[in-house]
Amino acid sequence: MFHIYCPYCEELREEEEFHPKGQAHIARPEEPDACNDEEWGDYLFFRDNPRGIHHEMWLHAVGCRKFFNITRNTVSYEILETYKMGEQPTITAEHLAREEKTAREEKTDSAQVAEGGQQTVGASDAAVASIKGAQA
Amino acid sequence: MSNSVHVYDARADHATVTAESPLAYSYQRSGMPAPGEASGEKSRAVIGERAFLGHLILRGGAIVLDEALREVLGIGLPGRPNSLTVDADGQRSVQWLSPDEWLLIVPGDETFGLETRLRAHLGEAHVAIVDVSAGQTLIELSGEAAHEVLMKSTVYDVDPHAFTVGTGVTTLFAKTNVILRRPDESRWELIVRRSFADYVYRWLLDAGEEYGIGVARESRHESQ
Repeated sequence: MFHIYCPYCEELREEEEFHPKGQAHIARPEEPDACNDEEWGDYLFFRDNPRGIHHEMWLHAVGCRKFFNITRNTVSYEILETYKMGEQPTITAEHLAREEKTAREEKTDSAQVAEGGQQTVGASDAAVASIKGAQA
Repeated sequence: MSNSVHVYDARADHATVTAESPLAYSYQRSGMPAPGEASGEKSRAVIGERAFLGHLILRGGAIVLDEALREVLGIGLPGRPNSLTVDADGQRSVQWLSPDEWLLIVPGDETFGLETRLRAHLGEAHVAIVDVSAGQTLIELSGEAAHEVLMKSTVYDVDPHAFTVGTGVTTLFAKTNVILRRPDESRWELIVRRSFADYVYRWLLDAGEEYGIGVARESRHESQ
């Protein structure tokens, strides 16, 4: 039992009301006829399975019945943000990796900086390193 | 009126078959304890069906629908998510269901006239109006323990301080879903699918047993 923020209902709702609907931001090829079998097969059937940050579509099935996007950490299951269809995520794997890198550098500069302050939520250094560049 | 849409009166007065509410059979099979009957004391929760109301689903842009509704019915469309607007005498209401969908409930005999006038006013605007009166029914829940019955049944926060008057949500109720709303301080309304009405009715009787739940009869036989 946990709550998910629906960007259309503008409030936190019980998880039971939602359904996951797979990877988000998959663009349909502009000219399907011009695709070769491999490109079309990739578009239809192949999905990313990253360790770390993943952008997914979810459906508020019992509620407003709208699709929206969730950025989720597949390691900790933490939901980092939810945003409407057609919008772009503000939190991405690259973004978090960059942030962690800066945090690490600051730490080496000064031993006084507290650990974990503005780092990736729930992801270890190793986890973030492994997803770095693997997921758009 | 847009001539590509065929509109007809689903509640024709000359019908020879008596209309029955979705709960007609449930009343026979599961009974309907009168308020105060079960416990011998005053029921702390009372349910009553308001059958044969007109339910219209409006879909389209908020601005164009709001304008038409103000013109035709004199009440505005609720723009905020999960909100409900009720007119002055409490007979007509509009509820936000999703960013482009609203539920309009009016007395049954006004449904067809209202739909016709709305269509005439909207002209060729990109909207949809669907009469779903036959597909769902409205159950009223009142009494001092009404919110306690709901707390046992739904995952939504129905504390009267959180679920204020003028709120309406679609949420889970037992193992089905309902539209739950609060038109005024004393009443809650559940809008249930016709085919789930019996389930919800029996669930309410069971959940309300400890509060001596009763079924109000007066609002039942509203003839067509």
